[in-house]
Amino acid sequence: MKPALALAAALAASGCSFIEPVQPWEKGTLAQPAMTFDGGRLETRASEHVYTSREAATGGGGVGGGGCGCN
Amino acid sequence: MARRKLLALAFALLAAASLHAAEPDGQAPAFELPGNAGPVKSSAFHGKTIYLDFWASWCGPCKRSFPWMNELQEKYGKQGLQVIAVNVDQKGEDAQRFLARVPARFLVAYDPSGATPRRYGVKGMPSTALISPEGRIVFTHSGFDDEDKAGLESRIRQVLEGKLK
Repeated sequence: MKPALALAAALAASGCSFIEPVQPWEKGTLAQPAMTFDGGRLETRASEHVYTSREAATGGGGVGGGGCGCN
Repeated sequence: MARRKLLALAFALLAAASLHAAEPDGQAPAFELPGNAGPVKSSAFHGKTIYLDFWASWCGPCKRSFPWMNELQEKYGKQGLQVIAVNVDQKGEDAQRFLARVPARFLVAYDPSGATPRRYGVKGMPSTALISPEGRIVFTHSGFDDEDKAGLESRIRQVLEGKLK
């Protein structure tokens, strides 16, 4: 009973590592504009302006991990 | 004792779950893919230097790399360079729409299943590999930016002149 439980626990603990991660050539859907976290170019520029003028904070936006992650 | 062995097996399974495909080193994996004018077979290009590029319609840097690859094919085609761009879009129409906007004056092949990029150990988009006339992978490159152009072109020239194998 206990060894079976240990095996089951180990398999469960492996989580999603048995599932293959998304390959770079499969990221077509992720590259669509709807899949980014911003609200569109206008909203992004507005909020960037607010951050720059209120907090003197710049940068942080751009490609990164969201979207196709091509770079 | 049996319990320890079982735990050891469980941990081995855990470790095995995170194995990924190895990167190819040495011989370039063969491929035969549909193209715009008949099949594109890697075996047909022995003796030529192949600049193999994996691209997709949704990949921004790919759009910037096409004019440069057109230039490459034009400049070095006589010296035995063949640019082969493998498209990995899952929908063919996306690729055709891209090609209508961004013309390709080199060979284009289509691999919607993703088997070829997997065999070439593609880690990012776009990815390129330079294959020597003997069929060996000389170098691979991930991504594309304006700064990469000069370095890539000089290495291609060296392979064409036989200085880099």
